[in-house]
Amino acid sequence: MAVLNEEQEMLRDMAREWATNESPVAAFRKVRASGAPEAFDRGAYTAMAQMGWTGIIVPEAHGGSDFGWLSAGLVIEELGKTLTASPLVATTLAAAAIVLGGSEEQKAKWLPKLASGEAIGTLAIDEGPHHNPAKIAASVSGGKLSGTKAFVHEAHSADLFVVAAADGLYLVEKGDGVSLSTRKLTDQRSHAEVTFDGAAADKLAGGGDSLIEDVLDRARILTACEMLGMAQAVFDTTLDYLKQRVQFNQVLATFQALQHRMADLFGDLAMMRSAVEGGLQALDSGFGVARAATIAKAEANRVLHAISREGVQLHGGIGMTDEYDIGFYLKRARVLEASWGSTSYLRDRFARIGGY
Amino acid sequence: MATQPDVPPPSEDDAFREEVRDFLAENFPSELKGKGSALAGVDGPTEESEAQRKWREAMGSRGWGTPTWPKEYGGGGLSRKQAAILNEEMAKAGAYNPIGGMGVMMFGPTLLEYGSEAQKKEHIPPICRGAVRWCQGYSEPNAGSDLANLQTMAEDKGDHYLINGQKTWTSGGQWADKCFCLVRTDKSDKHKGISFLLIDMDSPGVEVRPIQMISGMSPFCETFFTDVKVPKENLVGEEGQGWTIGKRLLQHERTNLSGGGSLARMMGASLADIAKKYVETDESGAIADKVLRDRIADFEIRWNAFLLTARRATEESKAAGGVSEISSVLKKLGTKLGQERAELMIEIMGLQGLGWEGEGFTEAELSGVRAWLFGKATTIYGGSTEIQNNIIAKRVLGMLDHQ
Repeated sequence: MAVLNEEQEMLRDMAREWATNESPVAAFRKVRASGAPEAFDRGAYTAMAQMGWTGIIVPEAHGGSDFGWLSAGLVIEELGKTLTASPLVATTLAAAAIVLGGSEEQKAKWLPKLASGEAIGTLAIDEGPHHNPAKIAASVSGGKLSGTKAFVHEAHSADLFVVAAADGLYLVEKGDGVSLSTRKLTDQRSHAEVTFDGAAADKLAGGGDSLIEDVLDRARILTACEMLGMAQAVFDTTLDYLKQRVQFNQVLATFQALQHRMADLFGDLAMMRSAVEGGLQALDSGFGVARAATIAKAEANRVLHAISREGVQLHGGIGMTDEYDIGFYLKRARVLEASWGSTSYLRDRFARIGGY
Repeated sequence: MATQPDVPPPSEDDAFREEVRDFLAENFPSELKGKGSALAGVDGPTEESEAQRKWREAMGSRGWGTPTWPKEYGGGGLSRKQAAILNEEMAKAGAYNPIGGMGVMMFGPTLLEYGSEAQKKEHIPPICRGAVRWCQGYSEPNAGSDLANLQTMAEDKGDHYLINGQKTWTSGGQWADKCFCLVRTDKSDKHKGISFLLIDMDSPGVEVRPIQMISGMSPFCETFFTDVKVPKENLVGEEGQGWTIGKRLLQHERTNLSGGGSLARMMGASLADIAKKYVETDESGAIADKVLRDRIADFEIRWNAFLLTARRATEESKAAGGVSEISSVLKKLGTKLGQERAELMIEIMGLQGLGWEGEGFTEAELSGVRAWLFGKATTIYGGSTEIQNNIIAKRVLGMLDHQ
């Protein structure tokens, strides 16, 4: 755990307490059972907004708290631990895109609404099942955007889409020319194919040539924070289980074969936490972001993959049941692993950044 | 691209930085620039060039080789921030820290914690000056991973102990002046029968035999004690406290063995830079073998995550005060990754990377082979990886012993 200042410690403790008491995994079960395509609890999101979580990276002038990325990451990690379903990550990323690339007018129009929770935003970048920002066909002509975006996170609740076209990022409001087709994935959260058919589009003209990658690096790091919370939760749950389950008249935790597997995962988890926190610290310092983001998401992918798989195995048969929570983490893990860069995509990117 | 992770620009302490620069300009012999062997950290033979001696004495007299140790015992008395500045400026000047070895890494920090005032006054200043070589008397033929099974006896003879027994894997024993040693003062209790004793290696009855290793080197020895007299004032702490003190020393050892910064410096160029010299690249300068490129990227990402972990552990231990069981995690991770890197490096070089001696190989290639082989020891000594896993499971994760 990074060394935190007092404000950050308070924020983390508040998020931990809220997630544990108000948004345990049972809350996600309720959301799932409701079958609503937007797949989150509006009341819970309003509570998050009231606690200021929707405005952590938004400047104070636009209604946020400007607490920085490490602070945002702490909250996302805590929510990841209990699989809290919400558009907080998506909205934070949409706000980040506007902070980086928006005009004063765009900022004034959207940031206060996103920061207050009144509006929900999301990124619409990829056009296929694999993350590939180099291959974008969507185009804009005369201020109208056309194209199809695949597997858009939180699409059902989004009031604002930050859409990648061949020549940059655009703001598109829901409504005319925007249609959704639900894609229900294994995590049972909100995903949709979004078709833009001559939708009114307002370009994010600032932020320079690297705007898309800068926004995606924030997506990689913040997603890695959610994954870190999930990995920690699976590890803790599994450890508790091993200390309770009795076979051969012994609790499983006494078996050295299992002890050493947990020690291995513990080491991996330490590396994942360092990589993710390194990404957040890079964002706050503005130094070496692309490389740090690649390391953060690559380690998150590697370690959460292993822990979510081992979590099920070490639980045995009960880990395979819907009644038990551990499987939810496995299903959400794979969705996040594939989002904003698979392991092979990130290794290739790391090598490119390193000039080899 | 270097193997170090991106770090924010260093914090400033201009006056001290200026002092360090002046000191380096005046005292660091330019002929030593960039020196520092891939096997640094092993207490080696004693031959020293004039320039090396001058540099050691310059650093030692300021206590800057042990920058954060208390000034009253010959340390530098620097804050951690100043020590970081010193490190940065030394790295910029291509200078290395000539004060090292087990006295600095393990024994000194432990004695500062557990030693009497007289012991600290006697033993710490020579360590700070780099004027003494310590070796570690821990392992025995039948006490490896089961270290507490050690049988070397220290018999109470009134004003002194009489030592009989055998130690093994005594790193640098043939060059050492003194040995910090775990001995048995009581046969009736496995752990509470152990004491921590300081032994002069030139005492009558001490015999040292080097062991030739697969690397071709003999950095380890067997050490025999036959009726060796050791004064009572050489006992550190209380009789029977040796296991506690000895384990504390191992935490320091593990923190150092895991590598962190020093290992990164020792490793030098990134694997990608090495690969570009030994394998084909395409027109864009990328490694043409895409499978190899992927494996290098995979390794370098994890290596960076490890370096970030070592840095995080340092920051956290600073906040919490002192080393802890996290040292087991660092040791386990750092040694495994170090071995993985060495294996990948010789694979990148092909047969050119397996030269043993003689013509046709660069010095770097030959020392790389020896370092690869020597590196196999890192997951065995200082508590094997399996022992670290036991420590992590039991002490950190609270997993119980078999009932």
